[in-house]
Amino acid sequence: MVEVGRHPNIELITLGEILKVDGEPGNFTATIKKKPRYVDETKCIACGECVKKCPKKVPDPYNAGLIKRKAIYVQYEQAVPLKYAIDPEHCLKLTKDKCGNCEEACPTGAIDYGQKEEILEINIGAVILSSGFTPFNPSEYDNYQYSSFKNVVTAMEFERILSAAGPTQGEILTIEKEPKHPKKIAWLQCVGSRDINRAKNEYCSSVCCMYAIKESLIAKEHLGKDFEPSIFFMDIRAHGKDFEKYYERAKKEGVRFIRSRVHTISEDPKTETLRIGYLTESGKVEKEDFDMIVLSVGMTANASARQVADNLGIKLNRYNFVKTDDLMPVSTSRDGIYTAGVMQGCKDIPQSIVEASAAACYAGMKLADARGDLVKEKKFPVENSIKDQSPRIGIFVCNCGANIGGIADVKSIVEYAKTLPNVEYVTENLFTCSQDTQTNMSEIIKENKLNRIVVAACTPRTHEPLFQETLRNAGLNPYLFEMANIRNQCTWVHSKEKEKATAKAKELVKMAAARASLLEAIPDISVNVGNKALAVGGGVSGITAALSLASQGFFTTIVEKSDKLGGAAKHIAKTSNQEDVQTFLADIIEKANNHPNVEVLLNAEVTDASGFVGNFETNIIHNGEEKTLSHGIGIIATGGDATDTEEYLYGKDARVTKWNDFEKAFDKADNPQNIVFIQCVGSRDENRPYCSRVCCTSSVMKALDVKKKFPNTNVFILYRDIRTYGEKERLYKEAREAGVIFIKYDLENKPIVTSGKKYLEVKVFDPILQTNLLIEADLINLATAIAPSDNKKLAAAYKLSVNEDNFFMEAHAKLRPVDFTTDGVFVCGIAHYPKPIEESIAQAMAAASRATIILSKSSIRISPLVSSVDKEKCIGCGLCVEVCSFAAIILEDVEGKGLRAKNIEASCKGCGLCAASCPQKAIDMLHFKEKQIFASIQAAA
Amino acid sequence: MSRKKEQKNIGAVMVAGGGIVGMQSALDLADSGFYVYLVEKSSSIGGAMARLDKTFPTNDCAM
Ligand SMILES: Cc1cc2nc3c(=O)[nH]c(=O)nc-3n(C[C@H](O)[C@H](O)[C@H](O)COP(=O)(O)OP(=O)(O)OC[C@H]3O[C@@H](n4cnc5c(N)ncnc54)[C@H](O)[C@@H]3O)c2cc1C
Ligand code: SF4
Ligand code: SF4
Repeated sequence: MVEVGRHPNIELITLGEILKVDGEPGNFTATIKKKPRYVDETKCIACGECVKKCPKKVPDPYNAGLIKRKAIYVQYEQAVPLKYAIDPEHCLKLTKDKCGNCEEACPTGAIDYGQKEEILEINIGAVILSSGFTPFNPSEYDNYQYSSFKNVVTAMEFERILSAAGPTQGEILTIEKEPKHPKKIAWLQCVGSRDINRAKNEYCSSVCCMYAIKESLIAKEHLGKDFEPSIFFMDIRAHGKDFEKYYERAKKEGVRFIRSRVHTISEDPKTETLRIGYLTESGKVEKEDFDMIVLSVGMTANASARQVADNLGIKLNRYNFVKTDDLMPVSTSRDGIYTAGVMQGCKDIPQSIVEASAAACYAGMKLADARGDLVKEKKFPVENSIKDQSPRIGIFVCNCGANIGGIADVKSIVEYAKTLPNVEYVTENLFTCSQDTQTNMSEIIKENKLNRIVVAACTPRTHEPLFQETLRNAGLNPYLFEMANIRNQCTWVHSKEKEKATAKAKELVKMAAARASLLEAIPDISVNVGNKALAVGGGVSGITAALSLASQGFFTTIVEKSDKLGGAAKHIAKTSNQEDVQTFLADIIEKANNHPNVEVLLNAEVTDASGFVGNFETNIIHNGEEKTLSHGIGIIATGGDATDTEEYLYGKDARVTKWNDFEKAFDKADNPQNIVFIQCVGSRDENRPYCSRVCCTSSVMKALDVKKKFPNTNVFILYRDIRTYGEKERLYKEAREAGVIFIKYDLENKPIVTSGKKYLEVKVFDPILQTNLLIEADLINLATAIAPSDNKKLAAAYKLSVNEDNFFMEAHAKLRPVDFTTDGVFVCGIAHYPKPIEESIAQAMAAASRATIILSKSSIRISPLVSSVDKEKCIGCGLCVEVCSFAAIILEDVEGKGLRAKNIEASCKGCGLCAASCPQKAIDMLHFKEKQIFASIQAAA
Repeated sequence: MSRKKEQKNIGAVMVAGGGIVGMQSALDLADSGFYVYLVEKSSSIGGAMARLDKTFPTNDCAM
């Protein structure tokens, strides 16, 4: 977030509303209404003095209305921009012309009650819509009793209750006069989702099963072993990467899962205990008491989405989400306008982030010829060398308004700091971070020839980059800077012990100054970038990524192991929205074969690779010949396929098929009596504890096809949970309406298939009828697990990790879903996890977008905080090479010395493992050298 | 390019919505050579995710 706020090429327009977009793709004019903030952003330094004086309390929407805030506010501590705003609906000055306290309190004169609404016009080439969603509001539906009973809360409210920064500081308490720790909490699933009767939302919201499990686990963590969480559900939809394991963990940790339909919620008026009445799977009526009920509310289209859509002339789908095609994900009905995230439909964070990057990729493709035209770069003065200078430390102690100054004795800290070694200059500021203080600081550094700077203030987490920039403006290397955290780690925690806080602040300043004396200037590192790309795997994902890069001018080689492009998609007829996959596939294959910037190598495989971001060398075998490819980035798209099985007579009886082989068998069948689909064959068990994600939808679609051709054929789907997540739920509903029979089975009680002459006999226990059924099936189709290709060689070549199920492991499951920890290599498609075509396409575009960040530059700057090896001390034992997870240290032959460790700066993440492992202490981490760290520890002693 | 006009494209993009998705789009574009206007309805960016306590399946902090 801070990165966005500080980016020189991102301009934030807050309190803005888009009125219209005129023009054509490549050259639009957007008209934006900017509402007044009543606070001058350039002057506000976020000291919070105004809030203390504001008399007007308002319910806080950030904390789901659970507590109050003032009429002048920031949404939360870490808000970007960290600038206060006045809520014009509640401000006494703006509504009644009374008060005016904040104007008096503001030390910088930032308050401006006279600000007016502005109309802005901006010129742009493309638009991305990502306005999110609205949580379902249960208050209009009396069956949930949300408005009647206090202890019925929504999941959003419960998130705030769990949060350490929330209204109860993370303590879970019931909402009543004498709040207590709840012993039993129930989560009710599908509130406002999968519900055509009341809420009229037929789709599944995709995320609520998982967040309910998460909330129940965290609640359990907080409340201990006597706490009993229960989840009332229809199907648990844990269809994402590593979700199934999370679900299994919850079961083990004592979360109760009750497959049921809840019919009433009532309250004992005396004890305020809540009672849930429900129907079990077998139709039994039950009731149970709870202290609290959390409604797992779904997501609905943003009310303003409709407005935006109208204003911009784009189409919405039947659920009021922005309409896109499966085979052109994130593209709206208007050329040049893209969409991402829940505005397009319900999805979780990783998938939303994937779409965000995919939308950026589309925009980049559209505007490729204008890349670089409008960006600005920050310019800094030439850096002064401090070589051979003795340390001259400047210390700036911040009052942070009353945050520090109101507790610690800042004057005495300043006097103390003056007595420390090497200190030349000490001053205090009311707010060190304010714009004018920063300008001032830069002057002071130059005037006093300071060469090390210490700021004693809030926290480096939010403010270090700002101060480092000030150093650069003054001609100093940014690493000659140290911060003493005397607010977050001192005055905030010791607000009641003023003297101790002052003493601790002095110690912290002493430590920082001791370390600062030893800080060294560290030059920037930049590496040149080769602008060619490599895609490993020629399925939908690999081809899509290659075409996206090629159209932006980056030459891409596709290395495909088999003798054909297309991969798993070759056997798929249509997407879940009935779009024709084969025509699409033929089209992209033809484009790849004919694009001047795409080279297709069939019968080719990667053998090994070396190098680092911007500079990879990959060896391949192509038609038996060895070749070397030089490339700047790599995209891993090796996909996967349906596994075979030994179960259910597969391979022994030709009437048992798997996946899309069913179509051939079915084509030959003449008016069959009974057809059975068995789900989760080899998925979600001990060997493969994951859900293959696409099979429920695939079988439901096949079942519908059967019903269409032979309405009288009985179709059975034997399942464990039906996971037609998101808008695919509609297919499930259609299948039930068409008479497809769904029978749930358990892992402990799997169906049994035996081969008869005329029929295959399927025995399965029906939990609704509570009896064994015998089905005489003509055909059985198995949804076997989807497993990744054999990825070991590739993983070793580029130092990539795979998870326990052999899918490639991304850098961060949520926030970096296509990056690897190895810079310059990206993952997409089934190589990452099983997913439907539309998600593979989006992820391939996302990978291309991330790759473009590198390929669009001739050189990239990397963090210079890396390891450095002292070749004199090194004995070449190679321990460091072994511990490094990033292949950032190698052994090289040094003449006359033998093997010596060598660091590869571009690959080094600065983790320090190598330094810690070296028996010779031959490795030091720049900026965190042993002597620097010890200096501050010794100062504290 | 199928468009007939001669005029060059404009190297700037408007992203509407400053939640986690908008921020990601904005960063990708700004880091690859485009100027970005990030338009947000409320007074600061962050959206829904800033409101979550921890997020599945890694249970790490949402910020
Ligand atoms: C059985 C099955 C049924 C499906 N049904 C549906 C459905 O009904 N609807 C839907 O939307 N989606 C469905 N999917 C998902 C859909 O097929 C995928 O989302 C999409 O095709 C994945 O494309 P990909 O490029 O990631 O992988 P793949 O299509 O698997 O392509 C990977 C390619 O990489 C090659 N390769 C592998 N290893 C190497 C290597 N080391 N070096 C070089 N090349 C290598 C492979 O030969 C292959 O050509 C299904 C998937 C499967 C497996
Ligand atoms: S099934 Fe879908 S709508 Fe229902 S709770 Fe689970 S994720 Fe939400
Ligand atoms: S059939 Fe496939 S999608 Fe459905 S629950 Fe089983 S593994 Fe998941």
